[in-house]
Amino acid sequence: MKKVLSLLLVFATLLTLALSGCTDASNKNKTLYVYNWGDYIAEGVTDKFTEETGIKVVYDTYEQNEDMYTKITAGGSSSYDVIFPSDYIIEKLIRENLLAEIDYKNVPNMSLIDAKYKNLAFDPDNKYSVPYMWGTVGIVYDTTRVSEEPTSWGVLWDEQYKGEILMWDSVRDSIGLTLKYLGYSMNDHSDAALAAAKAKLLEQKPLVLSYAGDQMKDMMIAGEAIIAVMYSGDAAFVMERNENLSYVIPDEGSNIWFDNMCILKSSKNKDLAEQFINFMCRTDIAATNRDYICYSTPQIEVYNALDEETKSDITQYPDDSIYARCEVYEDLGEYTQVYDDLWTQILAS
Amino acid sequence: MRKRRTSLLALPFTIYALIFIAAPLLLIVVYSFCVSPQNGVTLTLEHYKKFFDFSNPVYLQVLWRSIYIAVISTAICLLLGYPMAYILSKLRPGLRQVLSVLFVLPMWMNFLLRTYSWMSLLEKTGLINSFLEAINLPAFNIMYTQWAIVLGNVYNFLPFMILPIYNVLIKIDQSVIEAAQDLGADSMKVFGRVILPLSLGGVASGISMTFMPAVTTFVISKLLGGGQNALIGDLIEKQFKTTGNWGFGSAMSVIIMVLILLAMNFTSSYEKDREEGGQLL
Amino acid sequence: MKFFKRLSYVYSVLIFLFLYAPIVVLIVYSFNSEKSRAKWGGLTLDWYRALFSNSEIMRALSTTVTIALLSSVIAVVIGTMAAVGIYNMRRRSKMAVMSLAYLPMLNADIVTGVSLLLIFSALGLRLGYFTLLLAHVTFNIPYVILSVMPKLKQLDPNLYEAAQDLGAPPATAFFRVVMPEISPGIVTGFLLAFTMSIDDFVISFFTTGSGVSTLSIMIYSMARRGIKPEINALSAIMFIVVLSLLLIINLRSANDAKRSDSRPVSAGARASSR
Repeated sequence: MKKVLSLLLVFATLLTLALSGCTDASNKNKTLYVYNWGDYIAEGVTDKFTEETGIKVVYDTYEQNEDMYTKITAGGSSSYDVIFPSDYIIEKLIRENLLAEIDYKNVPNMSLIDAKYKNLAFDPDNKYSVPYMWGTVGIVYDTTRVSEEPTSWGVLWDEQYKGEILMWDSVRDSIGLTLKYLGYSMNDHSDAALAAAKAKLLEQKPLVLSYAGDQMKDMMIAGEAIIAVMYSGDAAFVMERNENLSYVIPDEGSNIWFDNMCILKSSKNKDLAEQFINFMCRTDIAATNRDYICYSTPQIEVYNALDEETKSDITQYPDDSIYARCEVYEDLGEYTQVYDDLWTQILAS
Repeated sequence: MRKRRTSLLALPFTIYALIFIAAPLLLIVVYSFCVSPQNGVTLTLEHYKKFFDFSNPVYLQVLWRSIYIAVISTAICLLLGYPMAYILSKLRPGLRQVLSVLFVLPMWMNFLLRTYSWMSLLEKTGLINSFLEAINLPAFNIMYTQWAIVLGNVYNFLPFMILPIYNVLIKIDQSVIEAAQDLGADSMKVFGRVILPLSLGGVASGISMTFMPAVTTFVISKLLGGGQNALIGDLIEKQFKTTGNWGFGSAMSVIIMVLILLAMNFTSSYEKDREEGGQLL
Repeated sequence: MKFFKRLSYVYSVLIFLFLYAPIVVLIVYSFNSEKSRAKWGGLTLDWYRALFSNSEIMRALSTTVTIALLSSVIAVVIGTMAAVGIYNMRRRSKMAVMSLAYLPMLNADIVTGVSLLLIFSALGLRLGYFTLLLAHVTFNIPYVILSVMPKLKQLDPNLYEAAQDLGAPPATAFFRVVMPEISPGIVTGFLLAFTMSIDDFVISFFTTGSGVSTLSIMIYSMARRGIKPEINALSAIMFIVVLSLLLIINLRSANDAKRSDSRPVSAGARASSR
């Protein structure tokens, strides 16, 4: 027994040494903590940053804006420098004074970002955020099983697709699209609208196969479900891998969103963070990321280099008519709690 | 005198345990009575009221669902596990040693990997259905239903039922059984009157070792239940990880703590001398 | 009787199939040249090669192993001292400290995890490697105490005093006389703690942060967006390592013959209940 144990110990110690040897080699002096969505950066990009600058990157991922927000606020003890929040969360973080003003002298590549995506309502003077990707929310469906292109969110309530529908486990997207379907704004604050949305979502529950996250992509590629609510970039990703799939933004309109890079006020490495953001905006890096995650890019040079087919693909670059139908989420302030409770109750019942 | 001084050796542990075992639990209880614990202490019963709201019993339904699924899973584990433990205990010592190792082995594999693997077996386009399709049988769709969670529970916790029962069965004194046989009891009677009563301690440990993880799981329900069948564990996880409502999350943790203590109290009356032997360990 | 025997044979095979089916699936997929698990593309060893060059997996593996080693060593030291101390306590304080030690075992993992998250944030500790280590030490100590206690009870209480009467200073008496007697309990405690730590997901999930992931945590987040085939390769390797370790330990203890009960087996059973 003892011998086995000591063997085990020796083995484990050797393993530890070997492993720490290979991970610590690049760590010269400084470390940057990056907190991003899962599957939201091309493989090898952070390594490349480390290679070029010697700055070690500790990279963590989250699944929803809300997870990230809770992690950086609730514990009061996070150490992240760069985060990738969406519009309404940026608004909230600015309001709560949690973001640092970015010094654009250190982010010269900001000039490569299309002016269309700057100074948006959530960050009017663009003091706190640098655009990373943008997109829409819509429906991905299997054209071999759905004969006509759905024009309404109502398809998500169609009995004939019972057990074949995938919904996002995301409070704003799920409630938002329901509100839109019922004719309300996606940012509605009224109890009446929320009560109607709740009834509608409860009515839908028996039809839903799963309230999922990123695994939806694999499921749609494999043909596990017929209809899914998806972000446009994910839609482009799955359509590339399963030619039966198609993406549509319903006539009632939808959400258009912007994920930007921000620096937390608590960051102790603001200069490194700015260096990282600048790196992410560089044309070669932004192009690598776009090619990998398939979302719409706000970077001018990357966009111009795209082929005509992609540029005219309304999945990725919606035309003005679609744009006009879409809303950006706004921070709900205190009312967020009502949304959260409603969504928890939907999942619970 | 010497004794007194030696007992001081427990001091580091006692301090550690007060900070990291006792204080945290106390904190959960306190937080469960706070409006929003991160921003200072304002006492309230709001979270418990919300949970036990009989006019809108969603959370009670979740609690009920969690208990229901855990009870079914535990019962299936018992039904499958007892015969297996019995068969094992009847084998030659050498053979049963090897076989019982083989029973433990799957549990040493990462629990998440094994659960994930069930996903690829159970999916609509998964291995089981591809096989059924190939031999022209109807598809078997339980993925994202309560039954998928039950299956995940049974799979993951079956060994915890088998082993405690097995450990008790192999310790039953052979001479007791022989005595019963000499007195004319047939094998059914020997089992019903002798073996079964003597193994109840193992059954009780088995039940508490399967019921507790089953009633609190959030991994199995999330991966196999697809968010469609939220359990109390899912709700707790969501409060701490997503919505940031730590007060409500703490209240639900307290409720689950009380529930488990009650369940333990119920089974522990059957468990003799829990400090001894392999039951607890 | 023959029928009964055959039936029990069939039954055992079915249960084994049930327990091993998912593991076989994982191992088979580790040789699948197709990246997606929906298709079979032929045999390959690529994933085994890719595994060792995947820095994310290697970092998680290293975190898992170092946390397990450190936390079980610390737990063994604190736990053994505690067991000896508790053993020498008077009845009432003994009861009090023992129930403190039992608490984490009676609690569901999710409650332990959440409660630790609360204390760490109340103390203003930054979630990361250090908090992860503290959490693992916390749930490991009780297992050490509970493995060492029975050995202390079997110990002749006069032994230690006799050694001191013969002039050995307390420390010497302890290390020369008591330690050898209780060391099997310490070894069991260490092994238990080590496996508990390796296998833990729930508690780690609530107590880590800042980019520190164990294998379980990494697999959890991957399971929600598609497991990389390298992970299948890793699980195949882990399976072989665990299989050989368990067989060696059990063959040895079978050879020891003195003890016919199946200690390592029961140890493993509880270990994986987390």
